[in-house]
Amino acid sequence: MTTLTAKDKQTVKAFWAKVSGKSRTSAPLLMLVVYPQTKTYFSHWQDQSPNSPAARKHGKTVMMGVGDAVTKIDDLKEGLKELSELHAFTLRVDPANFKILSHNILVVMAVMFPTDFTPDVHVSLDKFLAAVSLALAEKYR
Amino acid sequence: MPENSVSADLQTESHKMVEWTDFERDTIQDIFSRIEYDVVGPAALARCLVVYPWTQRYFGGFGNLYNAAAIKGNPMVSKHGTTILHGLDRAVKNMDDIKNTYAELSVLHSEKLHVDPDNFKLLADCLTIVVAAQLGNEFTGEVQAAFQKFLAVVVSSLGRQYH
Repeated sequence: MTTLTAKDKQTVKAFWAKVSGKSRTSAPLLMLVVYPQTKTYFSHWQDQSPNSPAARKHGKTVMMGVGDAVTKIDDLKEGLKELSELHAFTLRVDPANFKILSHNILVVMAVMFPTDFTPDVHVSLDKFLAAVSLALAEKYR
Repeated sequence: MPENSVSADLQTESHKMVEWTDFERDTIQDIFSRIEYDVVGPAALARCLVVYPWTQRYFGGFGNLYNAAAIKGNPMVSKHGTTILHGLDRAVKNMDDIKNTYAELSVLHSEKLHVDPDNFKLLADCLTIVVAAQLGNEFTGEVQAAFQKFLAVVVSSLGRQYH
């Protein structure tokens, strides 16, 4: 289910290029509000509210990671190997949360790009995010 | 007056009911009063059929579902999308008893339509995306949480009568 076709890759790259530069950091922040259980990973932040400087900075880090994955779309397993090790051994984020974040990324895309985020773009992006999630979970066990 | 066992039962029953905050109630009423059912319904169903193509299995009689353009232009898809939204309307108007409001519809989806209840969640996610696109920045995290909670109750109620 996560083999990306040439069309998927093309669609994702084109769409990401279009949304590049605009504020894409809000997806991780949304997650903290809509799925409060995700805040458990950030108990070390003094201020866990979604608009805190720490949250905004981290949101940016995460979304830049996704953008980086777009450039490695032809071999996500290899390209995200180190990030996978980080998530598996150091961060130990339950991979179920990748699905939650992916969902929120899609919601933000719909909010910010209602005309561009067509069903065809949606399906390719959904597949891509699933593939990224899988690559990130690769080193877990 | 002796303890009335009927009222004790009602107490237990009310503890099982979903509790809605004022914000959640207002948000749901507001969203559904603003969206056009015959726009959002068709868009959500069409998106579901494109993004999760296996859901097309339930629409064999709908004719051409070959690609996104065909699905979008398919009049049977549009009509059914609108029907679905009107079905949701029943929950909007009965937020305190969605479970019983949907008892019959649940039996219908299970016994007659044979829809795998996992599909309800897929359609709910597509509806969230479509409503998010409609509301833009007004679709804040809080609004999203309320909307998703509502849909989760709907999905759970629809799956209740399956056996």
